[in-house]
Amino acid sequence: MQAGDFFSQALVYLAAAVISVPIAKRLGLGSVLGYLLAGMIIGPFGLHLIGEEGQDVMHFAEFGVVMMLFLIGLELKPALLWKMRIPILGLGGLQLSLTALAIMILGIIFGFSWQMALVIGLTLALSSTAIIIQSLNEKKLAGTVGGKNVFSVLLFQDIAIIPILAFMPLLATLDAGAVSGTHGEEQLTWTSGLSVWAQTLVVLGAITSIIVAGKFLIGPIFRILAKTRLREIFTAAALLLIISIAVLMMKVGLSPALGTFLAGVILAQSEFRHELETDIEPFKGLLLGLFFIAIGASIDFQLIGDKPLLITELVVGLILIKFLVLFTIGKVFKMCLDNNFFFAFSLAQGGEFAFVLFSFAVNNHVLEGGVANTLIAVVALTMALTPLIMLVNEKLIQPRFGTKERKERPADHIDEENPIIIAGFGRMGSIIGRFIQACGLSATYLDIDPDNVEFLRRLGLNVYYGDASRFDLLKAAGAQHARILIITVDEGDKILEIAKTAQKHFPHLEIISRASGWRNVYDLYELDIEHVYKETFGSAMIMASDAVSKMGLRKYQINRLSKMFSLHDAKAVKEFAKTRRENKSYIRDIKQHFEDLERLMLEDQADAYEEKDLGWDISTRVDEYTKKSD
Amino acid sequence: MIVEDFIKKKVLILFAHPAFEKSRVNKALISDMKMIDGLYFHDLYECYPDFHIDIETEQRLLTEHDVIVFMYPLYWYSAPAIIKEWQDLVLTHGWAFGHEGNALKGKTTVNIITTGGPKEAFFHDDENHFTMQEFLSPIEQTARVCKMNYVQPFTIHSTFGITDEILSAEKSRLYQFLNEIMNS
Repeated sequence: MQAGDFFSQALVYLAAAVISVPIAKRLGLGSVLGYLLAGMIIGPFGLHLIGEEGQDVMHFAEFGVVMMLFLIGLELKPALLWKMRIPILGLGGLQLSLTALAIMILGIIFGFSWQMALVIGLTLALSSTAIIIQSLNEKKLAGTVGGKNVFSVLLFQDIAIIPILAFMPLLATLDAGAVSGTHGEEQLTWTSGLSVWAQTLVVLGAITSIIVAGKFLIGPIFRILAKTRLREIFTAAALLLIISIAVLMMKVGLSPALGTFLAGVILAQSEFRHELETDIEPFKGLLLGLFFIAIGASIDFQLIGDKPLLITELVVGLILIKFLVLFTIGKVFKMCLDNNFFFAFSLAQGGEFAFVLFSFAVNNHVLEGGVANTLIAVVALTMALTPLIMLVNEKLIQPRFGTKERKERPADHIDEENPIIIAGFGRMGSIIGRFIQACGLSATYLDIDPDNVEFLRRLGLNVYYGDASRFDLLKAAGAQHARILIITVDEGDKILEIAKTAQKHFPHLEIISRASGWRNVYDLYELDIEHVYKETFGSAMIMASDAVSKMGLRKYQINRLSKMFSLHDAKAVKEFAKTRRENKSYIRDIKQHFEDLERLMLEDQADAYEEKDLGWDISTRVDEYTKKSD
Repeated sequence: MIVEDFIKKKVLILFAHPAFEKSRVNKALISDMKMIDGLYFHDLYECYPDFHIDIETEQRLLTEHDVIVFMYPLYWYSAPAIIKEWQDLVLTHGWAFGHEGNALKGKTTVNIITTGGPKEAFFHDDENHFTMQEFLSPIEQTARVCKMNYVQPFTIHSTFGITDEILSAEKSRLYQFLNEIMNS
């Protein structure tokens, strides 16, 4: 590719993204749909700003998916993954096998051989990790029960790609001659030509090497690189790590996404987790965006125009089958209606791996090129429709059938307004709420997780479902009459958003807020919120006190010291926040944090706490007494 | 008037009631105190629920006022625990007492005390053996060691069965008492 060519392409893609995504977000459509629309507009069937090279771009941009899986892996510690084994195997296994089976039966009915039908079934059973995770993050639903289950299924699908790829060649029924469009791509892998057992060995070897390298090699290497204090070298190393894993995986015929996911999980415990996250994040975002644009551009409107009826039937049929299977599984796993709708609608599309698998199937003489192309168009269409479907679910179906924002209260009870509103009923919110009840007061709850909402409603508590940063929800919860708003949600950005909405529309509300980290504390102080609580401070102080007590210090002394320490800390943090505001010097957060921490720790070591309890310290009196008697 | 304002003494009320929410008498007594000019009402149990008394603040308050009033209900013939904690921590050697401890010198101090039982419980007789003055001797001696003028306590007895009328009369008596101290 020539430089000029590259720049003009970059111009087209970036301009499309920069123009369409904000518009889509503004219209409440989400960024994914924005990218897809941008792709369609600039694609061969729109303005024709990009042509056939869209396919190459897509292959390149698939790397965004790989990075995304790496980042997801970074968030998941192995222990957490182990805890999720039941939803992963149960939900994921059932979804994949049932959906594949249903599609396979239909395939056989329509005259495909069972081998072809099986491949089509398995491939179409996969969903789009890229689209779903992006939407989950955007809607901040990743932490809900529905979100977690969606993620479990996606994870199982990613793992399932390994055996699907491995066994697909065994299902070949077509003559090599009858297949069109073979690239001979499989010659590139190391495993081609080996027996299934040898292939398995190579695959296991590759995975083991990733685990071993992740555990013992990468840490020391990154430590050396970090010492160079050259940020770009660190970024380069992070990219190199991901690319080398991806290449290794492709060489042994595995999904690169799965390999990097694995590496992410292993590095989730390393001290470089946050650095890696911040370094990779922007690349991931850009590449994913590019990927969505490429999908939009690749939708073959020519093909759709030729057989509109068939394509429409296939698209509707695919979404319907997947939805029904998912919804049934959700029922079996006792998800509440909201979560189940969300779960089933989210996963009811074809996935990006279908593009890979279908071309692989063609190359391995399992499917004919024509069939594969039609199915690829169908998958691309279902992916493009996903954000719309989720929107329909959110705006039309949930409000009608799901958890209502307002509890239907008896009419004579309309004006029961509580002076306290608690935003979030998670780990912190539940304790706060319980104690408030124990004190004989009552609170109104806001939560985004339908399971929590249902639980609270069962207890007969006053609870509203939805995003607490929304003005109308706060109003519905009686914010104009309440006195205190307690923010307990765990995400720093969300905390700020809620606080800002409350300050703007309900300035009389006293805000008592959780803070998720130092930066969050400073930001909240900047909003002039006085009652800010570092979420881990209280329990850390109790733990430290107990530990010191085990060392033999008197408990009452520890108690007094811990009080002084807490007061001192609170004062210092306020001061830091002020200097920050004055200097406007947002040096790198981490660096600033360690500078602050260093100052505090030096002060702690000094005798800052000594002179305070003079009343019980008789040394000066002893001095005076001895002087007198001399 | 200007002269009167000028010589008016500033009063610090150190209020200690561990179960103020259940109180009836003290609640009524303090209800209008915040409106008195030159009087600072300082609720110790509300400020230091964990007994973590801020010594600097307390000493500053003492310095800024001329009359130091302890106000509390009597429990087991003595002040509530926080008063003792306050004395231990705030009245430091070299500040409140001792060779160089003259911060409180010449200030007036007085106790406002409510008791549930009758006045007779503080007479020498068959059942009771001590007077109020005797019970308060540690507090009195503390004041003297701190070189303060100790005024005999203002007491309201028999609060268990007190009627609204008597309570209101006692309240006026208390406010009159405070007024006299401020203008003395």
